[in-house]
Amino acid sequence: MTLLLQLLLTFSTLSLLAIGGANAVLPEMHRQLVEIHGWLDDATFSQLFALAQAAPGPNILAASVMGWRIAGPAGLAVATIGMLLPAAILAWFVAGLTQRLRGATWLKPAQFGLVPVAIGLIAASGVIMTEAAGSSWLAWGIVAASTIFVWRTGFSPLWVLAGGGALGLLLL
Amino acid sequence: MSDTVAPTKPALFLGYAKIGLLGFGGVAAWARRVIVEERRWLSERDYAEVLGLGQILPGPNVGNAAVMIGRRFHGLAGALLATSGLYVGPLAILVALAVFYDLYGTTPGVAPFMQGVAAAAAGMVMGTALKMAGNLKPPIELVAVGVLALAAAAVLRLPLPLIVLVFAPLGVWLSLRRAWRAEAAK
Repeated sequence: MTLLLQLLLTFSTLSLLAIGGANAVLPEMHRQLVEIHGWLDDATFSQLFALAQAAPGPNILAASVMGWRIAGPAGLAVATIGMLLPAAILAWFVAGLTQRLRGATWLKPAQFGLVPVAIGLIAASGVIMTEAAGSSWLAWGIVAASTIFVWRTGFSPLWVLAGGGALGLLLL
Repeated sequence: MSDTVAPTKPALFLGYAKIGLLGFGGVAAWARRVIVEERRWLSERDYAEVLGLGQILPGPNVGNAAVMIGRRFHGLAGALLATSGLYVGPLAILVALAVFYDLYGTTPGVAPFMQGVAAAAAGMVMGTALKMAGNLKPPIELVAVGVLALAAAAVLRLPLPLIVLVFAPLGVWLSLRRAWRAEAAK
């Protein structure tokens, strides 16, 4: 079996395991890429994941840079397709199902029951990001100010991101 | 609630491109900002429901929501446009960073500027969660489910699939129970 086909199969499997997104599938990704196949060493794996977190965009793209590191541009393409396509196809069919069931009176309340989990997990990633952002009073101050700004006003969050960066540059 | 605007195909792509490119530390906060507040494609509640469904499916919840929202407005073309808009820009940046890393043997250092941005992004994510909760005003038992999910993920650090497996059915059951009781009381 060629490397690319193996990559495609590995990432497709990971895609369907990734309930909760990239961070949820990280341990299994590490097991597959580092421990089982030996495609990456430990340090490279951690660095590439950190890189994907620092860059804008969905963190699941860590898979793409790992594919790129393992097998060049073709590896990037195969890893990205493998990671995104199976989950996207599933989402497509579920969307179709909800459209077909639109008239059902139980659908809206059932779906609304999932909302607190989604919001709770967004808040949890905020907490985890706060811990990662540093333990200085200034970092906490920026987190608190930004939370209130985004929560209580309708202005673009770009203002706090830029402000936070400027404060960091001046004081950190 | 009322004045939502259906996006054209180019608008769908561009909106998602903005979400992807601005999405430092994950895209959830920007996705809601662009879709609900700036472009008003969906109401707060509609968007939250799509996101909730995206959460229990495998894959990133915002990515799943892109497929579902794209499909709702423009079918297969919409799903493809929203998804590619979301991923193409960040992917290009990420490859550029990886090449830089290969050339110089080091990631561009986490400068103080980026530390400040990271702190602000953390606040942005929490502010988004508070804003959604405030706008949606879920009943008390669903608030409890959300707080428990938060604690399980942020304090106990339980695996996300486990959290989803436990709290999603609980939330659905509590929400349905409330709907049935309201129905019975009519």
